[in-house]
Amino acid sequence: MAKHIQTIVKANLSSTVKTGGCGKCQTSCQSACKTSCTVGNQVCVK
Amino acid sequence: MLDLLSNNEYLVKKNVHSYRQGDLFIAHDVNSGSLHILDEDTYEVLKAIEELQEASKQVNEEGIRQLLWQSGNQLTVEELSEIVEELGELRQQGTLFSREAEQVLPAYPEKPIVKAICLHVAHDCNLRCKYCFAETGAFGGSRSMMDLETGKKGIDFVLDLSGHRNHCEVDFFGGEPLLNFGLIRSLVEYGRKAAADRNKTIKFTLTTNGILLNDKIQEYLEQEDISVVLSLDGRPEVHDRMRPFSDGRGSYAKVTPLIKQFAAKRPESSPYALGTYYYVRGTYTHYNPDFDQDVLHMADLGIDQISVEPVVASPEAPYAFQEGDLEKICEAYDRLGEELLSRRGQDKEFNFFHFNVALDQGPCMIKRLSGCGAGHEYVAISPEGDLYPCHQFVGQEDYKLGSLYAENPNQLKEELVKSFRSAHIYKKPLCRECWARFACSGGCHAANVSFTKSLTDVYTLGCELQKKRLEVALYLKIKEIQHNHNPLSLA
Repeated sequence: MAKHIQTIVKANLSSTVKTGGCGKCQTSCQSACKTSCTVGNQVCVK
Repeated sequence: MLDLLSNNEYLVKKNVHSYRQGDLFIAHDVNSGSLHILDEDTYEVLKAIEELQEASKQVNEEGIRQLLWQSGNQLTVEELSEIVEELGELRQQGTLFSREAEQVLPAYPEKPIVKAICLHVAHDCNLRCKYCFAETGAFGGSRSMMDLETGKKGIDFVLDLSGHRNHCEVDFFGGEPLLNFGLIRSLVEYGRKAAADRNKTIKFTLTTNGILLNDKIQEYLEQEDISVVLSLDGRPEVHDRMRPFSDGRGSYAKVTPLIKQFAAKRPESSPYALGTYYYVRGTYTHYNPDFDQDVLHMADLGIDQISVEPVVASPEAPYAFQEGDLEKICEAYDRLGEELLSRRGQDKEFNFFHFNVALDQGPCMIKRLSGCGAGHEYVAISPEGDLYPCHQFVGQEDYKLGSLYAENPNQLKEELVKSFRSAHIYKKPLCRECWARFACSGGCHAANVSFTKSLTDVYTLGCELQKKRLEVALYLKIKEIQHNHNPLSLA
């Protein structure tokens, strides 16, 4: 077990460049002044 | 491992964000999206690496130790080697110092696929909110209501332009959309039928100030599964100062009981705005940089889905943020994070929208690069049937995309579509170097244009706020995961 670093989330975002882009996600709003969410707050619907 | 960081080809500051939040030292690997807790020595090692890179010095154990010793950290040679070894293992795993993905841009079809519209059913309002970007409802034009023909054309427009997408979204917006409730009813009925005829569905949402949210309308919204965003700024004096009626009276006393009543009908609302949900949203300004108190006020009222956002205002506005506000605002986010933690599993627990972050189930890189889709996936429609990239651009002639009454209403102004499609992270110089780039996606187009007159230059105060929110959000994510593994850890 690592002594100095504890990994909490292992993710592989870069790989979604190849697997993503289906466009089925709900609309997001960067200003978040509306009903839809900001991209960072979104979940993938795939 | 360290020699790979020496040629400055891989900049740690841009690709690994290490910071202290609460009682944790955290490292967020930007390109993989991974998250680590560090001990203090490892945190200081990462900061030393950043410093060496910034000074264009060789990154080696000797250099790191020298810097650490200067700051009073007497890390031994053995301890440093141990840390460097662990960092190297994570690099091998691809969860730290990971490489940026190759620059793949979204592949858009020539003709835009519009899957969501914002229908401005009323350009009038029963409030006179001082920070309103819609200039209290009229959007710089005359006060007006959308008619049924225009509304139906709007629904047909999104059903036509959504192509092979089966799920469309229609948001009723204003001004105050409930001033035109009759039209909303008609359009929901029309939209459901028109969508079903094409084997599609429409998800309806409504953004309202709550003034007209009587029992009948609440019941209707429930029956029709319409998601609702309700506006409340928080404490009575904060809300009333910015959200008065036209005669100057504050609106807190009128809307709060109605909003509480409606929120209680949807106890299972998704914090990620999935399904049928409600959100209560507010705006904070220079007048209340301690907005955490407003969030807690709402939580104490029993409202559990809360979003409070910074005002976007021209610098001369009295409520615009001033020098010195940023520090207070960051402190408010810190306090809010701790309070949210302390209420987990307790009475008056709440979700704060900007602290939600779905790391491993989050959106793909393509979505993160391209942002909100305004101007090509999402279009706002004025009461007159004019088309704009989003609700914040409505009324700005330079940004008019077309009209539902044009000879070919489905033909959007090509140049504008192109400029919005190409306003992605890789086109924004400041974003390319920013560690938060894949979470914020380059910020709000309207805010960027408003402050910089450009779609590719960013509103930097917004950047600072976004980064702070993300720091707290990642911290809370770690706490949540720790708590789920060991429920007593937060006790």
